[in-house]
Amino acid sequence: MGKGDGVVIIKYNAGNIRSVLFALERIGVRATVTDDPEALQAADKIIFPGVGEASTAMNYLKERKLDLLIRNARQPLLGICLGMQLLCAHSEENDTQCLGIFDVPVKKFISTELKIPQMGWNTIHTKESALFRNVPQDTWCYFVHSYYATLNPETIATTSYATDFSSALHKDNFYGVQFHPEKSADAGAQILKNFLDL
Amino acid sequence: MLAKRIIPCLDIKDGQTVKGTNFINLRHAGDPVELAMRYCTEGADELVFLDITATVDKRKTLSELVRKIATHINIPFTVGGGINSVEDVSVLMENGADKISVNTSAVKNPQLVSDLAKNFGSQCVVVAIDIKLFDGVWKVVTHGGRTATELNATEWAKEVSRLGAGEILLTSMENDGTKNGFAIDITRAISETLPIPVIASGGAGSMEHFRDVFQKGAADAALAASIFHFREIEIGTLKNYLNNNQIPVRL
Repeated sequence: MGKGDGVVIIKYNAGNIRSVLFALERIGVRATVTDDPEALQAADKIIFPGVGEASTAMNYLKERKLDLLIRNARQPLLGICLGMQLLCAHSEENDTQCLGIFDVPVKKFISTELKIPQMGWNTIHTKESALFRNVPQDTWCYFVHSYYATLNPETIATTSYATDFSSALHKDNFYGVQFHPEKSADAGAQILKNFLDL
Repeated sequence: MLAKRIIPCLDIKDGQTVKGTNFINLRHAGDPVELAMRYCTEGADELVFLDITATVDKRKTLSELVRKIATHINIPFTVGGGINSVEDVSVLMENGADKISVNTSAVKNPQLVSDLAKNFGSQCVVVAIDIKLFDGVWKVVTHGGRTATELNATEWAKEVSRLGAGEILLTSMENDGTKNGFAIDITRAISETLPIPVIASGGAGSMEHFRDVFQKGAADAALAASIFHFREIEIGTLKNYLNNNQIPVRL
């Protein structure tokens, strides 16, 4: 099997995945987009993207039993943006019970001075992690979100907007990034590459 | 800290990049894919593509161009021009656009803004507002600046924000193409009124103009075209200048 065989993107009703596919193509990987349980179980790497609203996305995952599949994943799995938030315990967005892989609540930004959502480039302060190999400290990444995961021991990157929050999480085979690596220029491409090299 | 964004805009006509003054006198400015890649390398934070001659039979050309651009660039990009429906946006998103921009069609049918926000999320919906001064009042103009409306600029910005717009792209036709600077006052008035980001556009001619629109105009991002196309200002030089003026930028 060549590199990149067996990278699957979970297909569900959350946002546009085209830019993730193109980002993977740029680093030489052709990924499959699927909600087929067998294909997901057989995958080497799973990417769980997402843009949208938490409760709708969770309901969709449950209806198709994708929630169980994600929880039981043994291969490296990367949640992006809403995908990362859904891996957390609970989201304030429509009071949604999430997958509970990361023991972290997801809260809404509250600020009288800053615009919400946070939209644009912000820096990530990273801890030692395979996900951030060859990624400069305090590099810039592209964010679009109104909700954030709080800080906890699973935090591997911190970003500041209204408060310090988890811009990346890691536990066992599960990784999550709040920013969009597929749109975060060279640093983002390196992070995707690092994930695929796990 | 969240960075202020520098956004080159590529006006597309028949698959080529063009740039005019006050929306007319178009001249060619190069191949859009090449320009897009150059801007990525030079440190642009996002790109905006406006298909200024969008007609029904040109849509296919546009979606092919969007796809070509999307495969090459690794920063967010917005596509606008002639978008009238959820279906139009689906095609562009399917080909790799990250955001879309609506202008005249939103004025004609404000419901479109909420339909797009519902279907694709607010983060994907940029409402472009072209404005012009009439007896000292900023009003909205449509059809690439050719048609005046009675809409007050600030009121319309509030309305589209309420309808679900994720960002406002505010272009002053008084300033566009003049290189005399952005329309600072109206940019600040709208940016400070709204909970969503405002991209200032029209009039950039020097690095000081960018500094002023961020510091005095409270803009979240600034957009320009010809000064970048023709290398009158290099994006890297501009960002260093802004950084030296205590404006947070991605370097």
